[in-house]
Amino acid sequence: MTVPASAIHAVTQVAGDVAVEVRGICKNYGDIEALRLIDLDFPRGKLTTLLGPSGCGKTTLLKIIAGLVEPTSGEVRVNGKTVTGPGPERAFVFQDFALMPWATVMRNVAFGLELKGMGKAERQSIARHYIAEVGLTGFEDKYPHELSGGMRQRVGLARAFAVNAEVLLLDEPFSAVDEQNRRKFQEDLLQLVEKERKTFIFVTHSIEEAVYVSDRIVLLSRRPSRVAQIIEPKIDRTASPDAIRRDQGYLDTVEEIWQGLKHYVD
Amino acid sequence: MTLYGYRVPMMASLLVWCVIWELVGQSGLMFLVPPLSSVMMAGIAMVQTGTWQAAALITLHSFAVGMVLAIVVGVTLGVLMGRFKAADELFSIWVNIFVSAPLSALVPVLMILFGMGETTVIVTVFLFAVWIIVLDTRAGIQHVPNSLIEMGRCYGASPFALYGKIVLLAALPEILAGIRLGLVRGVKGVVIGQLLVAIIGYGELFELYSRSFDMENFWALTIILFVAAMLMSAAIEHIEKKVDYYAGVR
Repeated sequence: MTVPASAIHAVTQVAGDVAVEVRGICKNYGDIEALRLIDLDFPRGKLTTLLGPSGCGKTTLLKIIAGLVEPTSGEVRVNGKTVTGPGPERAFVFQDFALMPWATVMRNVAFGLELKGMGKAERQSIARHYIAEVGLTGFEDKYPHELSGGMRQRVGLARAFAVNAEVLLLDEPFSAVDEQNRRKFQEDLLQLVEKERKTFIFVTHSIEEAVYVSDRIVLLSRRPSRVAQIIEPKIDRTASPDAIRRDQGYLDTVEEIWQGLKHYVD
Repeated sequence: MTLYGYRVPMMASLLVWCVIWELVGQSGLMFLVPPLSSVMMAGIAMVQTGTWQAAALITLHSFAVGMVLAIVVGVTLGVLMGRFKAADELFSIWVNIFVSAPLSALVPVLMILFGMGETTVIVTVFLFAVWIIVLDTRAGIQHVPNSLIEMGRCYGASPFALYGKIVLLAALPEILAGIRLGLVRGVKGVVIGQLLVAIIGYGELFELYSRSFDMENFWALTIILFVAAMLMSAAIEHIEKKVDYYAGVR
């Protein structure tokens, strides 16, 4: 790989505070080995992306971290505590939004709080705050089918924020959103990452998207999936979105990852 | 529909058939078909009699009890079959046999089991209606997107909340379609049950009028039954339309 070393800095160990530890995770589906001995640290307050060829088990790994899928072996620890199932310290954003079509934006956003048994007035005021945060003020009483794909995913994101989990798990959140809305949404996400100070774990198959939003990119190899490389893009996030997209470090990192992934594509 | 450039109102075809019925009746060609107008007059007189009211009440009662049982059992069994493979394998053969079986043939057996009274009719309504509700509920549950269930689990839904707040509501369009089809079959069930038992309710009246060739009353009875079944079906359809938009965004 011949890419300027200034743009890429490979790291295997995370210095400082770790929110999520993945230790020796293996996952087999019958004879198919999806994940093999994955060891990863996810630093607190950072956005880490899982990137890899399609079908490499990125989503499986994310669902194992969420506690939705049981690993064959190995364990996941969140704040040092072993994960045995879904928990309130983790919230999930779904690829297909997973909104309840019979519920308004307000009820969907407040649903996590409703399940916790919080009173109506309290949960609605929290939900209203996050609806504003994701830019959906005025749409509180709309139903999901009245919204565009991008707006629906904003509802999904607001729902995840509303439960105030420390770790947010995003499973290809923009893949069902059209290109123009996706760009705007990515920019908004960066601002929310900055503002909310949570640990984000993000799954995507888009290299540009990964480089644009991530503090850290974990490249997974093809099945059986292993950690191939960890990259920390050195990009000045304080610059304007358009400046970032023209930044040499950004472009070099995209190229570097593409060179690494190219041989997986038939 | 338009005819020679004129817009024909929706109910026009019904009116055409009413006129044809009236003309055939007036011509006296078939004694089985009295004029529609006299059927109507007979109907209006009939609904004021105590006999009809008592019959209607007992019929409605058997129907309602049978349907409530069918909906409760049908939805429960459908949910179990939709969610658990073992339940599906255990019951699906029976459900599929009964959904297409000629259940009328079973009524005499039911009579031996449950006697010559209302119980047999209730069981008949139940057996006619329940299977299609099971099948449609099962299909609805299987169509609930996995991500909605994962969403519930992620955000800490108890099993009770998962079913009450997510799964059943997500399957509602199919469940309602099953209930609508079940209602129509249930109406058949109540009449067939009563006809074969032949001593209570609407069945008794049908038997009485057809045996004495009292065609005005016979047709009036039939029309009332059809209208009742259609109205119930339309009411459910109305609710179904309201949840139609689910399918697109689930």
